[in-house]
Amino acid sequence: MTRLFDKTFWGLTIGLVALFALNFLLEEWMRSIGLQSLSRGCVAIGLLVLWRTGLVSFGHALFFGFGAYTVAMLQIIGVNDIILLLIGGCATAGLLALVLGFLLRQYRAIFFALLNMAFSMILYGVLAKVEALGSTDGIGINQVSFFGFVPSDDSYRPTLFIFAVIFAYIAAVGSHWYLKSTLGLMTMAVRENEIRVEYLGYSAEKAIHIKYVLSGVLAGMGGVIMALTIGHVDPDSMVYWTVSGDFVFITILAGTGNVGATFIGALVYELLRTYAFEFAPEIWQLILGGSLLLIIMFLPDGLWSIRSEWRNRRALAAAKSGDAPAGE
Amino acid sequence: MDFELLLVILVDGLVYSSYLFLVAVGLTVIFGVQKVLNVTHGAFYSFGAYLTAYLIGLWINDAEGGAFELLAFSLAVILIGSVFLGIVLGVLIERGLLKFLYTRDEHIVVLATFAGFLVLEDVILLIWGTDPYLAFRPLELMGSSEITGLIFDNYTFTMIGLSFLVAFVLWYGLNRTQFGKVLLAVIFDREVSMAMGINVTKIFLITFMIGTFLGALGGAYHAPIISVQPGIGVEVIVLAFAVVVIGGMGSIPGALIGAIVVGLSRAAAVHLYPELELFVIYAIMALVLIFRPEGLFAPIQARKI
Repeated sequence: MTRLFDKTFWGLTIGLVALFALNFLLEEWMRSIGLQSLSRGCVAIGLLVLWRTGLVSFGHALFFGFGAYTVAMLQIIGVNDIILLLIGGCATAGLLALVLGFLLRQYRAIFFALLNMAFSMILYGVLAKVEALGSTDGIGINQVSFFGFVPSDDSYRPTLFIFAVIFAYIAAVGSHWYLKSTLGLMTMAVRENEIRVEYLGYSAEKAIHIKYVLSGVLAGMGGVIMALTIGHVDPDSMVYWTVSGDFVFITILAGTGNVGATFIGALVYELLRTYAFEFAPEIWQLILGGSLLLIIMFLPDGLWSIRSEWRNRRALAAAKSGDAPAGE
Repeated sequence: MDFELLLVILVDGLVYSSYLFLVAVGLTVIFGVQKVLNVTHGAFYSFGAYLTAYLIGLWINDAEGGAFELLAFSLAVILIGSVFLGIVLGVLIERGLLKFLYTRDEHIVVLATFAGFLVLEDVILLIWGTDPYLAFRPLELMGSSEITGLIFDNYTFTMIGLSFLVAFVLWYGLNRTQFGKVLLAVIFDREVSMAMGINVTKIFLITFMIGTFLGALGGAYHAPIISVQPGIGVEVIVLAFAVVVIGGMGSIPGALIGAIVVGLSRAAAVHLYPELELFVIYAIMALVLIFRPEGLFAPIQARKI
């Protein structure tokens, strides 16, 4: 099996084990940053999956918010186990993506981006007015049980962290395998030349539809993790268009080269935001926007490209020093 | 539904439409020429609003003098301030940012302008702080009138006039002047116009400054009506997107129609079903994208293979 010799798979697995170990050492505030990075990372993987086809969504807060609010609604009817909440959040977000996908799969470029945004703003408009879900104030999320197990107050957050890490790991490995499968690779061909793909006998729209559902499920999962992390859901920080903008930001920051890099991107984003807000509350947006501009200008393929750049340089240097004696 | 309610919805809707048009028209001008969906536009709006509110607060709110003179002075502040912002911010963003991005993917450009928007929003906070500014004097001076029991400020009616004036000037400039003809050539085919000796770089810079001016003017003219505070740009830009998409991106009559459609339906929602206020705007946007993705009034595109 070539899958077993896959570097990304092993990288993610090492990351999983490392985070399990780190869980015992982390301070609570670090764990919070970690949880939020995992949540946003999941959504950013969803965007990465779309990006490989050349599609960018400016409205993925739609599925993110849908997942988060599903948690709130399930808790209202009495469901309180993390696995049921996760399945619920992913399923509703995925179902929504499935339905909208019939429409959106026909759209490309800026129209795709804007139609997504329109749908996310519709959800925002609805949630901001629904009294039962707290309208603009949002609604609180209770502590959950883990497969029936209710941890003590001290161990609640660490347990949540472990579960979030496992969910994110499954999401990342699954997406990585999908992207390496024929179906996943084909969508890169769709980006290059859609008409030719159709002539080869594949349906580009169907491939995009599958992709869209997958990205919806991933964003829903991100929403579930975020709702449980913050313990509160509200339209302004979950569904507004700026939230979607932040997700695209993370995708650009990480680059679309590798699924694992997305989590690094999300972590960098989270740290940037936290520290900018901590040390320069007046100009934290300026710092965030400025870093985004620097990335776009100087690292167009994201943080991940530093690695390949560095590798190229080393290879070049090695070739030079290796060539010199041979040339004598 | 009675006649009075209908009248109120109509008046309210037209006022809101004119506000939307003033904000959205600059966005559509820039999209039409440069094919850039410019998120920084929201910051241009805030800049216009802040500068005007600040200057009117400084010079006019407590000033003595005849109503006419003060109003003329306010108008001068609004106009000169917007022209100033159009030149400064226009050159800054076009030469300092967009120039490097014309060859990149359109998503990247949108994201870069989003980043520029974040930066400019904080620059505004650094200059003017977080306290709200009020520029109430022009509103006061113009008085108000009553329509079927509801009070409307006369100032808001002048906004309708200004919208039509802006629409006419733009239409005239585009269709009846030499610059307009050149601009149309650039919109139609950038490369061929370059080959014909048109200085496309210059055209881009000028249109961007015009677009920036219009964004700032929207904010500046709106400043007396609202409380100018952080966050006004975020709300405006997404509304402007909706208007521009509904009318057809890059079309000036489209922006006018889009603004009227959104303005009237929002006014109807506010008076009849207040809980649908926000929902209605984006639902129309989605419907238009579904059934006529190029917008209600999109300019005809020559297809390039």
